[in-house]
Amino acid sequence: MSVLAIVSLKNGQPTKGGLEAASYAAAFAKAQGQDAVALVAGAMTSDGGLGATGIDRVLHFSTELSDSSQWTRLAEAASKECGASTVVLSHDHTGRAIGPRLAVRLQAGMVSGVTELPRDGAVRKNVFSGKAMADVEVSTNAVVYSVTPNAFGVREGGSEAEASPFAAEVGEAREHVTGFDLASADGQTPLPEADLVVSAGRGLKGPENWGIVEDLANALGATTACSRPVSDIGWRPHHEHVGQTGITIRPNLYIAAGISGAIQHLAGVNQSKVIVVINTDPEAPFFKAADYGIVGDAFEVLPKLTAAVKALDA
Amino acid sequence: MKILVCISQAPDTTSRIAFTNEGKTFDSTGVQYIVNPYDEWYALVRGIELKEAHGGTVTTITVGGAVCDPVIRKALAIGADDAIRVDAEPTDAMQTAELIASVAKSQAFDLILCGKETIDHNGSMVPAMVAELLDWPFIALATHLEVEGNTASLKRESAGGTEHVKVNLPLVLSASKGLAEQRIPNMRGIMSARSKPLNIEPGEAAALSSVRQFSLPPEKGACKIIPADQAEELIRLLREEAKAI
Ligand SMILES: Cc1cc2nc3c(=O)[nH]c(=O)nc-3n(C[C@H](O)[C@H](O)[C@H](O)COP(=O)(O)OP(=O)(O)OC[C@H]3O[C@@H](n4cnc5c(N)ncnc54)[C@H](O)[C@@H]3O)c2cc1C
Repeated sequence: MSVLAIVSLKNGQPTKGGLEAASYAAAFAKAQGQDAVALVAGAMTSDGGLGATGIDRVLHFSTELSDSSQWTRLAEAASKECGASTVVLSHDHTGRAIGPRLAVRLQAGMVSGVTELPRDGAVRKNVFSGKAMADVEVSTNAVVYSVTPNAFGVREGGSEAEASPFAAEVGEAREHVTGFDLASADGQTPLPEADLVVSAGRGLKGPENWGIVEDLANALGATTACSRPVSDIGWRPHHEHVGQTGITIRPNLYIAAGISGAIQHLAGVNQSKVIVVINTDPEAPFFKAADYGIVGDAFEVLPKLTAAVKALDA
Repeated sequence: MKILVCISQAPDTTSRIAFTNEGKTFDSTGVQYIVNPYDEWYALVRGIELKEAHGGTVTTITVGGAVCDPVIRKALAIGADDAIRVDAEPTDAMQTAELIASVAKSQAFDLILCGKETIDHNGSMVPAMVAELLDWPFIALATHLEVEGNTASLKRESAGGTEHVKVNLPLVLSASKGLAEQRIPNMRGIMSARSKPLNIEPGEAAALSSVRQFSLPPEKGACKIIPADQAEELIRLLREEAKAI
C-alpha cells in the first residue's frame, strides 16, 4: 500500500504546489506506515528533490502532458501500479482539472483544498472563502485530496528517492497548448504560492501611482496584489485580484495599503499569518483584522517602509 | 450552438457565517442567496455572448430544491433561454456532477460552462467531474473563450502565467475572472424571465463525502498601531517579533 502524489513540473523542476503535495503525501504515508510515491511527467533529473520531502519512490513518465484526461489516465495507471488508495495533488490548476477527473475514474471521494492531515477519519478544509472551516469525511476507501497552497508547506530533510521510468497508455491529447504568457515579466512568485504579498487598493488613486507599491514588493521579494475595484477598472491585471471573488491567499505576510477591508476582501486574505494595514482612516474595518497597523498616508508610508527594508539588508 | 451553464446558489458575500446544530449545519437565518458570482458574472455571461454572436440557445442547470428558483429566474433575466432544476439536495460534488452529467447526456450540448468554484464550499470539483463523466476535454480556470466552427480557442490560468489552448467541441470549462464582464438584468429581461421555461426533473445519485463539523477561525488579537513616522519600527517588529520577513 502507498500514498501517491501527483507532482507537476515547471522548467524541469517540481512546482512549489507539487512539492507541497509530495510533502503532504509523505507525511500521511508515514503516519499510516505506507510508502510515499510521486508521479511526474516530462523532463526532470534524478528525483527532482522529491526525496527531500519524504517521498520514497518516483514514477517518471518521460513525456510532458498538458491534457487533463491524459494526465488522469496516467495517474490512474500509477495508482494501480503502486497500490495507492490515497492520491494527493496541489489545489492549483492540477487539483482542479486532474483531481476531480481521477476521483470519478477511481470512484473515490474527493476533498479539495485541504489544509491539514486527516485526523480521526476527517480532513479539514476552508469553506466560505476562508470565513470558516469544515471537517469532511469520505465514505469510500479510495480518496483524492488536493492541498491548499501555502497551508501544509514544503518538508525537507528526507533522503534521495529512487526514480524509475514509468510507462502507461494515456490516449490521445485533445487539449492542445499553443502558447504561454508569463504572468509578470519580472519573475515574481505566483500569488497563490507567495510567502510575502504587498497589496493596494483604491486609496492609491490611480495606476500611475503603483511604483511605490512595486518598490516595496521588490525590496521584500514579495508579490503584488490588489483589491477588486482596482482590477475591475483596469488599474491592475485580473490575476492580482484577491478576495472572495478573486484569489484566496495565505502568505506569511500580507501588507495592505489603501484598502478598506470589506468583508469580501478579507475573506480571501484573512488566513495570512501576519497582516499589516496602512490606511489614512483609523476607522477602516481592515484594522480589526490586522496584526500591525499604521494610520497614515500610503504615499508617505510606503516609500519609508521600502527604505527601512533596504536599510535592514544593507 | 447549444450551451449549458451550471448555476449554483450561494450566500450573499456580505453574509455573516454561523452554524447551528453544534456546528453541523449552516445557519441560513437571515441569509440572502445570490447566483454564485463565478457562475453568473463569467460562465453565464460568456455563454450568452456566444449565443448572441453565433446563434443557438443557453440553458441553465441547477441541482437543488425549490429554494433555488429565485436565483434561476435571475439567470433567465440576464439572458438564458430556459432552465433545468434537478430536484435533489446536493451533498457533495460527485453527486452534483453525476446529476448534471446525466442530464447533459440526454441532450446534445456543444459547450458546458461552470464557474470555477462556489463561494460557500469552494470545491472546484464539479466541472472536471462532469467532464470525466462525459469523457469530454476540460479547461480549468478559463479566462478567455472564442469559438470558431468546431474549434474553441481558450486561455487558462496555469503555473505562473496563462496558457493558450485549442480544443474541439464539445468541452467543459470552469470560468475564472476575465472570461466576461458582469451584466445587470434590465426590466425587459426581468419581465420575460417569469415566462421562460423552468423544467424540474427528478434525480438520484450517491454522495461520497459529507461535512462532519464546521468551525470558525480563531479571533484575531488586537492590532498594534505604529506611528506613521516610525516605519523602521514596523519593519523591525516584522522581522524580530512576527518573524515574517
Ligand atoms: C459580490 C461581491 C464580491 C466582491 N468580491 C471582492 C473581492 O474578491 N475582493 C475585493 O477586494 N473586493 C471585493 N468586493 C468589493 C468590496 O466590497 C469592496 O468594495 C472593495 O474591496 C473595496 O476596495 P478598496 O478597499 O480598494 O476601495 P475602498 O473601499 O474605496 O477603500 C479605499 C481605502 O483607501 C483608504 N485611503 C484613501 N486614501 C489613502 C491614502 N492616501 N493612504 C492610505 N489609505 C488611503 C481609504 O480610507 C479607504 O479605506 C466584492 C463586492 C461584491 C458585492
